Amino acid sequence: MSLAYAAAEQIVEVLKRADTAGPAAVSLDALEAGRHARVTAVRGSGAVARRLMEMGVVPGAPVRVVKSAPLGDPLEVRVRSYHLALRRSEAQTVSVVMNDE
Amino acid sequence: MSSILESPPQADAPAGAGAETRQLVVALAGNPNAGKTSIFNALTGLRQKVANYPGVTVERKEGLWTLDAELPPARLVDLPGLYSLDAASIDEEIARDILTGRMEEVPAPDVVVAVVDATNLERNLYLVTQLLEAGRPLVVALSMVDLAERSKLEIDADGLSSALGIPVVPITAKTKRGLDELARAVLAAVGSKPPCALWRLSPKAEAEVRRLYAAGAPSREEALRDLYSDELPADPERRAAVEAARARLSGSDPQWWQEPLTARYRWIEEVTGGAVRGVKDERPGSTERIDRFVTHRFFGPILLLLVMAVVFQAIFSWATLPMDLIDRAFGALGEAVRAHMPVGLLTDLVVDGVIAGVGGVLVFLPQILLLFFFIALLEDSGYMSRAAFLVDRLMRGVGLHGKAFMPLLSSFACAIPGIMATRTIENPKDRLATILIAPFMSCSARLPVYTLMIAAFFTDVRLFGFVPVGVLLMLSMYLLGIVVAIVVAWILKHTILKAPPPPLVLELPPYRVPSLVNVLYTMRTRSWLFVKRAGTVILTISILLWALMTFPRSAVKPVPDAQEGAAVQEMRETGLEGKGESAPLTAKAEGDTADEGAQLQQSYAGRLGHVLEPLIAPLGFDWKMGIGLVASFAARETIVSTLSIVYNVGKDTNAESPSLIEAVRNAKRPDGSPAWTPLVAVSMMVFFVLACQCMSTVAVVRRETNSWRWPLFMVAYMLVIAYVASFVTYQGGKLLGLS
Ligand SMILES: Nc1nc2c(ncn2[C@@H]2O[C@H](COP(=O)(O)OP(=O)(O)OP(=O)(O)O)[C@@H](O)[C@H]2O)c(=O)[nH]1
Ligand SMILES: [Mg+2]
Repeated sequence: MSLAYAAAEQIVEVLKRADTAGPAAVSLDALEAGRHARVTAVRGSGAVARRLMEMGVVPGAPVRVVKSAPLGDPLEVRVRSYHLALRRSEAQTVSVVMNDE
Repeated sequence: MSSILESPPQADAPAGAGAETRQLVVALAGNPNAGKTSIFNALTGLRQKVANYPGVTVERKEGLWTLDAELPPARLVDLPGLYSLDAASIDEEIARDILTGRMEEVPAPDVVVAVVDATNLERNLYLVTQLLEAGRPLVVALSMVDLAERSKLEIDADGLSSALGIPVVPITAKTKRGLDELARAVLAAVGSKPPCALWRLSPKAEAEVRRLYAAGAPSREEALRDLYSDELPADPERRAAVEAARARLSGSDPQWWQEPLTARYRWIEEVTGGAVRGVKDERPGSTERIDRFVTHRFFGPILLLLVMAVVFQAIFSWATLPMDLIDRAFGALGEAVRAHMPVGLLTDLVVDGVIAGVGGVLVFLPQILLLFFFIALLEDSGYMSRAAFLVDRLMRGVGLHGKAFMPLLSSFACAIPGIMATRTIENPKDRLATILIAPFMSCSARLPVYTLMIAAFFTDVRLFGFVPVGVLLMLSMYLLGIVVAIVVAWILKHTILKAPPPPLVLELPPYRVPSLVNVLYTMRTRSWLFVKRAGTVILTISILLWALMTFPRSAVKPVPDAQEGAAVQEMRETGLEGKGESAPLTAKAEGDTADEGAQLQQSYAGRLGHVLEPLIAPLGFDWKMGIGLVASFAARETIVSTLSIVYNVGKDTNAESPSLIEAVRNAKRPDGSPAWTPLVAVSMMVFFVLACQCMSTVAVVRRETNSWRWPLFMVAYMLVIAYVASFVTYQGGKLLGLS
C-alpha cells in the first residue's frame, strides 16, 4: 500500500512541478475541446472547490473538454467516466496538463 | 469536513434477537442518478408512502420490503441523491441526517444499502468511503450492471467486495435481477460493523494527525476531524495544537486541506484498478453522440424551443378537455346536492363553499399531472440537465441559476407546479428568488380576464388599419410579466437575496430510456402532495370568501336600483334576444340573479368594494370592480363570475358570453358616464398581470418556504407593483388624452 502511495505521490509531484514550470500546464477553460488531459491542481478554495473534488476532479484525474454551451459558457467536461457542466469561472481554478498524443 | 469519521450516537445496532422482533429499517443511499429509486420501486412495489420531510420539501419515500417470508417486512427509506456526506443542499443534509441517525422521524437505519452505479464506479465510491466511516452496517448494491456489461466493462464483484470489506451485490432493477441476493446480504449484515477507513493520508499529514492524537485528541479519528474540519475544537490546548499543525501544513502546501479528498480518490483508484477489467473506453459514447445534436450551438436551442412548445401545447390544449369535465362534474355535483338538500345556509355552504372549493383545486389536476409527467420524463431521460446547460448563461444575466428555467417555464401554465419544481435548485436564496418571481409569468387563469377585456373593447380595433390591437395587447401582457420578473429578480438578487452568482457544477447524466413505471410513480407522488397541500388551504379560503359574499343576509329583498334595472332591460334587448328560451324560465332566472346581485351588494364583500372605491378610483375602477377584485384574490378567474353576479347576468357566464360583454360595455357610473373604457380595461389587465391573486399559489409558497413570511411578502410586493403599474397606466393614459 505504502509503495503504491509513494508512486502516486511522485506522479503528483511531477505534475505539480509541471503546473508551475512546464509549458504544457493550462487552466481547464483554456483546454482545447477534444484534448485529453490530467488535472494537476484545484486552486480554488471554499465550497465549489470542495464540490469539484468530491466529484472526482482531484490531481491526477483524467479530463477532456467536450464543448461549450451555445453562448460560450458553461463548459461540458468529461471527468473519470461521466460528464460535468461547470462555468468558465470555475474551470479557471482547475489546472491541467495535456497528455502526449 | 464535519463528516469525517463521524460516529453515530450508538455505534452498535442491536443485533440478533432484537432485530427479529423489531421492524428493521433499511436506507438506500447513493449518488444522484445511481438508480436508488428504481431499486426502491422494484423492492416495494405499491407498498409506498410518500410525504415531505418536516420543514423542507424534500420528498420522503418509505415502503415495505419483504426480506424474508418469516420476518415482518422491513421499512425501506429512499434517500435523496448525494455526492458526499458534507452536505451542500437541503437534499444532501436530509440524507446525511438520516444516515447518521440525527433525524427524529426515522430511526437510524439498521442497514445502509449504498447504491453504486457500475458505469461510474470511481465517483460513486467516494460516498462509500464516507459511509464506511459512518459506521452503520453497509451493503453495496451495484446498479446498472446491464449497462456496464454492454460497454464491455467487467466488474469483479467479489474482488470489489474483498477490497471494500463489505458485501457487493450486482443488481438490475428493471429485470429484478439480484434482489433476493440483496435481501440475504442485508439480513446477514444486521449488527455487523464495517471495516474502518482503509485509505491513507500522505505521510506528512498522517504525522500531524498522530501528533494531535498525542496532544490530547480522544482518538485518531477525532484528531483527523479536528485537523480538517471547519470548526476548531473548543478546548484551548487542543485548539492551539490544531492551529500549529495547520500552520505547518499550509507552509509547505497552501492546498493542504485537499489531502483527505485526494487520499480517498487514491484509494478508490487502487480498489477499482484491481476489480475492473476491460479497457476504460475513453472514446465518445452514445450519449456524447446524442449531445452533438441536443446541445449543438444551433440545433440545441431550436430543440429546446420545440420541447417547450410541446409542453405548452399539452398544458394549454390537451388539459382543457379533462379540466372542463372536472369543472362540469363539480357543477353537476353541486346542483345535485342542492336539489336533494333543503334550501338554506347549510346547502349554500356545502355547494358554494365546499364543493366549489374542492372543485377549484381539482380543476388544476389535469394540468399538474401533465406537467409533472413531462418534467419526470425529461428528468428521467437526462434532458433536464441539458436544458439547464443551454440556458444557464441567459439566466445568470439576472442572477438566477440554469435550473430556474424549467420552473419558470412551467409557471406559464400555472405557478403552482412551477414553484414545486424549484426544489431542484440547491441554493435556498436562488430557489426563493425563483419562487418569488414565478407568479409574474402569465398563467392560464389570467386568460379569461384578458379575453373578456379584449372582447369587450378591442375586437376589430386595428392599429394602422391592419394590426389587431387585441393580439398586440395579449402579447404585451405576457411580455410585461416577463420584463417585470427580470427586473424584480435582479433587484432581489442585489438586495435581500444578495449572494454571489450561484456556482454551476452540474452532472450531465447519460441519456437513458425513461422508465414508464418511474415516471408514473413520480407523477402520482407529486400530484398527491399538491392536492393535499393546496387543498386544505384553498378549501378554507373559499369557505371564507363564500361567507364574505353571503353575510350579512338581507331580511327584505332589496329592490335593484334604477341603473341596474336599466342594465338588465338593455341586456334583455341585446343579449338574450333571439335565444328562443321560454319566457317564464328566462324571467325566473333573471329574478334569481337580481336577488344574488342585491345580496352581494350589501354583503361584507360588497361593503368592502365600497370601502375600497376611493383607493382604486385612481386606477379607474369603481366599487363593483372592487368586489370583483376582492373575489379575484382567491383565484383570478373568479372575477368573471363575480362580475356576472354584480351585473346581474347570471352566474354561469364565461368570458366570451355576449351578455356579460354587453353588460360590461353598458355599465354606468352614478354620473351616467360609462364605468369601463378601453383605458380602464387595459389598467385592469395590467393589474391582473402583476398582482398575486391566487390563494393556491400563496398556499404552496407557504408550504415550500415553511413560513408565512415569504408568501405574505410576495402578495404585498406584487400588490404594490400592480397598483403602481395600473396607476401609471390609467393616469398616464388620461394625460395622453386616451380614454
Ligand atoms: N439500464 C438500466 N437503467 C437503470 C437501472 N436502474 C436505474 N436505471 C435508470 O437510471 C435512471 C436513474 O434512476 P433512478 O432510480 O431515478 O436514480 P436515483 O438514484 O433514484 O436518482 P435521484 O433520485 O435523482 O438521486 C433512470 O432513467 C432509470 O430508468 C438499471 O439497472 N439498468
Ligand atoms: Mg430517486
